[in-house]
Amino acid sequence: MTTTDSMPLVVPDFGDQASEGRKLAIICSKGNLDMAYPGLILANAALGEGVETHLFFTFWGFDMITKSRMSDLKFTMLGNTATHLPQGLGGLPGMTAMATHQLKKQINDIGVPDVPEFLEQIVASGGHLWACRMSADMMQLDEADLHEEVEGIISATDFIEKTEGAQLLFI
Amino acid sequence: MTVVNLADAQIHVDSEGFLTEYSEWTEALAVQLAAQIGIQLTDEHWKVLRFLRSDYPAHGETATLRRVSTLAGVPVKQLFTLFPGKPAKKMAYVAGLPKPRGCV
Repeated sequence: MTTTDSMPLVVPDFGDQASEGRKLAIICSKGNLDMAYPGLILANAALGEGVETHLFFTFWGFDMITKSRMSDLKFTMLGNTATHLPQGLGGLPGMTAMATHQLKKQINDIGVPDVPEFLEQIVASGGHLWACRMSADMMQLDEADLHEEVEGIISATDFIEKTEGAQLLFI
Repeated sequence: MTVVNLADAQIHVDSEGFLTEYSEWTEALAVQLAAQIGIQLTDEHWKVLRFLRSDYPAHGETATLRRVSTLAGVPVKQLFTLFPGKPAKKMAYVAGLPKPRGCV
């Protein structure tokens, strides 16, 4: 058969039924700028594929949804050999600020939003944001201190219950 | 590559059914493509589709949801309403473009 023959129409299978009932739970436990993005990007990707997605922010990950801190997450070279620079450099005054500035610029340059805006996009895509009860108690924070889109402060047990049957990512 | 007939035109599609030739797309074809996946095009759909079509040649790849929302001014939430389930892929399909390859 040659390519000029006309074939029956092929319609993409968008798997609308297949993704129904599929759930993803992402636990965000880190407050470094570079560790905030994997969870956000994967949540965004899952939502774009029609997967019900829940994020749980706990311990240092609480910074990602805390109004006073979420725009000011930092990236440090210290303890991160993947920068391939001498570790001693990372400890010099101003290096964390410089590294953070550089990473933020690189993220912005490829059209990826900052953390607060990314959270908004996730919620607009149908995602659910949950804050960890124990972290809130430890840090003495309540709903008023958190991103408006956070649905509630819930216990780890509540989160496990809400995400029954979900695939889980711990970051 | 496969050639199929749709809306009185012969079009080239890949194995999944996405158009492979930018120039073969027409607005009449878009109506048919949308119908194949159960979407009836409204003015809001057209705003998105026209943006995708005009953005592709300049940008070199299909716009992601984020790019459509920031540059065409159609909120992400609305994109999920217009093209339910997998909006980025469905938009690309109706616009006769490849699936977006960007992550965000």
